Order: sequence, then C-alpha cells, then structure tokens
Amino acid sequence: MGKQSEFVIETRQLTKKYGDFVAVDKLNLRVRRGEVFGVLGPNGAGKTTTILMLLGLTDPTEGDVRVLGLDPTRRPLSVKSRVGYLPDQVGFYDELTARENLIYTAKLNGLPRQEAYRRIDEALEQVGLAHVADQRVGTFSRGMRQRLGVAEILIKQPQLVIMDEPTQGLDPEASREFLDFIRQLKQQKITILLSSHLLYQVQAVCDRVGLFYRGRMALEGTVQDLAKKVLGSGYRVFVEARGDRDAIQKALMALEGASEVRSVGNNRYEIAATQDLRPEAAKAVIQAGGKLFSLAVEEPNLEEIYARYFKEVEHGEAA
Amino acid sequence: MAKPREQAIRIREGSPWTGLWAVVGKEMADHLTSARMHILELIILLTAAGTVFAASENLRTTVGQDRFLFLRLFTTGRDPLPALVGFLGFLIPLIAIALAFDSVNGEFNRRTMSRLLAQPIYRDALLFGKFLAGLFTLSLVLSVIWLLIIGMGILRLGLPPSTEEVLRSLVYLVVAIFYGGVWLALAMVFSIVFRQPATAALASIAVWLFFIAFWGFIASSLALVISPVRYGFLEEFARLAQTELYLARIAPNTLYGEATIGILQPETRSLGVVLPTQLQGAILGSPLPLSQSLALIWPQLTGLIAATLLLFALGYVLFQRQEVRA
Repeated sequence: MGKQSEFVIETRQLTKKYGDFVAVDKLNLRVRRGEVFGVLGPNGAGKTTTILMLLGLTDPTEGDVRVLGLDPTRRPLSVKSRVGYLPDQVGFYDELTARENLIYTAKLNGLPRQEAYRRIDEALEQVGLAHVADQRVGTFSRGMRQRLGVAEILIKQPQLVIMDEPTQGLDPEASREFLDFIRQLKQQKITILLSSHLLYQVQAVCDRVGLFYRGRMALEGTVQDLAKKVLGSGYRVFVEARGDRDAIQKALMALEGASEVRSVGNNRYEIAATQDLRPEAAKAVIQAGGKLFSLAVEEPNLEEIYARYFKEVEHGEAA
Repeated sequence: MAKPREQAIRIREGSPWTGLWAVVGKEMADHLTSARMHILELIILLTAAGTVFAASENLRTTVGQDRFLFLRLFTTGRDPLPALVGFLGFLIPLIAIALAFDSVNGEFNRRTMSRLLAQPIYRDALLFGKFLAGLFTLSLVLSVIWLLIIGMGILRLGLPPSTEEVLRSLVYLVVAIFYGGVWLALAMVFSIVFRQPATAALASIAVWLFFIAFWGFIASSLALVISPVRYGFLEEFARLAQTELYLARIAPNTLYGEATIGILQPETRSLGVVLPTQLQGAILGSPLPLSQSLALIWPQLTGLIAATLLLFALGYVLFQRQEVRA
C-alpha cells in the first residue's frame, strides 16, 4: 500500500491495443480523492476499456495504472475489494431473491456472515428495496435492478465507485433517484468515476469531467473550464430592455467578459460571456438610459460544449 | 508514483482459490433446484429402478449360484431393456452436458460476468468452482442411484452384498463420475467458446453422437489404412485389431465401457486382443481378485481422469484469455 496519495486514480501513458486497433491511447487520467469525475465521449472512445483496466479486468498493453495507490494488474484482489463497480446494464440472477444475490456477493468478498447480513439489510434499506428484499430479481424493473447494483456496491463499503453508463435505459424518475444516490455517496466522501452519454446528468453531479475521443483524453476540467476552452464563453445573458437600441448594445458590448452582443428581435439582447453578467448588464442598461424589463442567464451547457467540440474535431479532420 | 516499482514481484497477490467455495455453494444450489436437473434426475431414477427391477427378475432364479449376484444387477439386461451400465453410458453424458453447457456463456448473457469478476476473486476460482459444482452434483446423483440399486438389490434378492461387491461397485461409481467429468469439461469448453448456450449444447451433443454413433465405424476404417492386411498373416490381423482398439479408445464411451466390464465382471481377464497362446494355463470363467481387476482397468480410469483434466485445462486457458466485455 502506497502512502495515501491525493489521487485515487492515476494513469500514465495508459495504452490498450486489440490487434491493430488502439482502444486507449496514452491516457493520462487523474481523479482526486472525494471528487465525482465524469467520463464522456462517443461510443468506442475507450471509456469502458479504461474502466476495465482500472479494475484489473483487462491488462494494459502499455503504461501504468494506480488505483488507491495499488497496481490493479499485480494486486487485483486488493483493488477489487476496495472498489465498487456498477457495469452498464448490471445483471443479477433472476431466479434468486435480491437478498440472495447480495449474499453471494458478500461471500465472494469474504465478509463474515453476521456483518454481511447487517450490511445487506442496511444497503437494501438505503436504496429503498427493503420491502422487496425476498422477492426474486426476475420480477424487478430496470430501475430496481440498478438500485440493487448500488446496494451491492454499498455492502463492499468501497473507497472508490466506478459506474459505467449507470442511467442508461432508466426512466426520468429512476434517473433522478439515481443522481440522488450519487450525491449521497459523495457526501460519504467516496470518490466516484462515472461514465455517461447523458450530459445533463453528468453536469448535474460531476465536479470535473473528461472528454474521451479515440482513446485519448481530449479535454479535461470543470464544466466552466471546458466552456471557456471550447465555446470561448460559456454563459449567455438575456436582456430585455427598451430604449435606444444602439446605445444599449454598445454599453453591453463594453462590459468586461462579454464577447458578443446580439440583438434578437423586440428589445431583446443576447450576451455571450465568460461569467454571469446579470448585475453588470442591469447597470449598463440603466446607465445607457434604457428601461430594464427582464434578465435571464443560461449557464454553460455541457451538451453544447460536447456538440461544438466534436463538430470542430470532425471539421478539422475533413479539412 | 515515484515509489519502488512492484515489478520484481511477478506472482499474483493472494490465492487463486479465494471465493472458490462461495462459487461452488451457489452453483450447486442452482443445479439442485433447477427444473432442468429435476427432469434429468427423474429420468435417471426411472431408468435405474426399471433396469434393476428387470435385472433382479432375471437374477432371482440364479440366487445362490453366483458369487457376484449384486454386480449382475448393474450388467444384466432384459429384452427390450439394456443393462443399467449401458443406460448410464448414454445418460451420464446427457446430465453432464446439461450441467455445464451454459455455465460460462450464461453469465455473460445474464450480464453477471463483469459484476462477478469485479469482486475480489480470480477467474480461476469462478471456473474451477463451476466445474467442481458440476462434478459434485453429478457425484451426488450417481451416488443416490448407487444406493438405490444396493437397496433394491437387498430387497429383491434377499441377500446383502459382499465386501468385494461393494468395493467393485464403488470403483464403478468413480469410473462413472469421471466419465461424466469428461463431458462436463467438454460442455464447459463449448460454453466458453460459444456465446449462445443453445450452440454450446448442440456442439456438445454433436461430439457425443459422433463418438457413440460414428467413431466405431471410423476407427475400423482408419485402422485398415494404418495397419493394412497385405499378405493375410495372423500377425497382420492381430495388429489391425490392436490398432482398431487403440483408435476406439479415443472415445470416452469406449473407455467407460471397458472399465465397466473390467470391474463389474470379475471374470474379465483382458480388455485387449488376446491370442490363444496367451490363454495357456488360464482357468476360463474364474474371477480375478479385485486388485487384478483394478490393474486391468487402471489405464481406462486414468485415461478418463486425464481427459477430464485436459479438457478443463483447455477451458481454463480459453477463459483466462477471454475479454470481459460482451
């Protein structure tokens, strides 16, 4: 066991090749203790392969991995007993009950019986499956299975949780509940690595995100960071004001942090900015002799960043 | 990461058998409660009861004249029923295949594989646990049949079995278990190779049919090619017969059949080609002692065990190299 490092996950030049196909290409990924890190990217970007290498389920072709300071290829058992993994579309044994499924996991983890039963009861309670604990999993909905997957992670009492597309195929209500679980885990100081296509959800729970593209980390940082990098300006401020159009537009343009001001019809203006400029915009409108009717802000949107980034990448390649 | 590299330590951490018994326990519970096994158990119990009943009808007339009356329960058939050992020669592969054909691909299809392997166990424990669970289940079923036959024998024949008969039938039990082990390991290999359980089941059954229905014919044709009879000498015919026998022994059912006859019919003196000169001084029809019968079937028994281990090793290698993602 290495000393408690700041980074829970650390990869250096991590590479995985399947024949000629490079699934993960010299990846450098660092996840800090206690943070929720979102991994984004199109299908085939190497997200799942990276996760499998973190768990020691696939050996890297080249490069280094450290998970909780341990090398998963050399010490897979230590890593796997400290890390909870929720695969995409998690499966359980349909003919067993929820409790029996968890008992099997507890046994595989070598938990003493009393302790295992106690943790199973707690976990089922926490994910809201206590009332169906003794029903066969075959009768469970997709959302309930996913919650059972979370319960399985909880009985391991992990230091790190890795989730691969956890909300795929869930209905909106179940997704929302699931995001609450992630927030609960975060409150318990558990580090979480989350891979997802659903950008809105990633944005809702993640502290930092990494954008994977063709096995590489194309972009990394907080959503605000990415917005600055990709969009130039992440915030949009909408102003509705009456008065001299040119004067207002000029005043808004003069604001620090505003990169573009457009007039969008009937006394409305849209400002592209690097931060939330509402107070400054209000002041500017009034100083320009205008009457302010409404102010609204749209925060940087991961969806937009994602779309713009891949448009640029493809554009760059086509050229 | 500037700490001393762990590269010097090449061996893996911990025991490869961590979690083995958890897997065995779970898999055995699955086998013993599954509808599939219940059907097979029913078939096998009916067969055992039927054949032994028929055999005992035949044998009641000869009570007192035969030293190995109990063993005859296993080997006596009555038209139209074949003997119990013959039936088991068909049924054991069927049970073994039924136990294993979806063992690995089933986990993938249920999407439980990645979740399982994310637990702190090695793949070794998972595969070996599944194999052991299958073998134990098979042993359990066969032991039940064995007890049933002994019990029915006592009831129907009115005699207890002798120590030697018990020992011989126990050796037969071991032979039968490893005969099943071969098919269990084969079905497991197919369950690793094929993603669809139905494909794995069909492939296993195809191999089984091939050995039971066609291998004898192919062996004799091949023997003619390998050891042709050119001049009609006796040695040539003996060599042809020998080659054919060696080829036939590639089939697990041949090994099972020979081992069964050798141990359950104590009069059997040889399982190979015997020339008249080799029989000089032998008292035909007199039984061999148990130790000699054991020596006689030893190659067949070890052959079955070796085939089981080889097939398991093949499956093990394939499974270790398999990618976790579906």
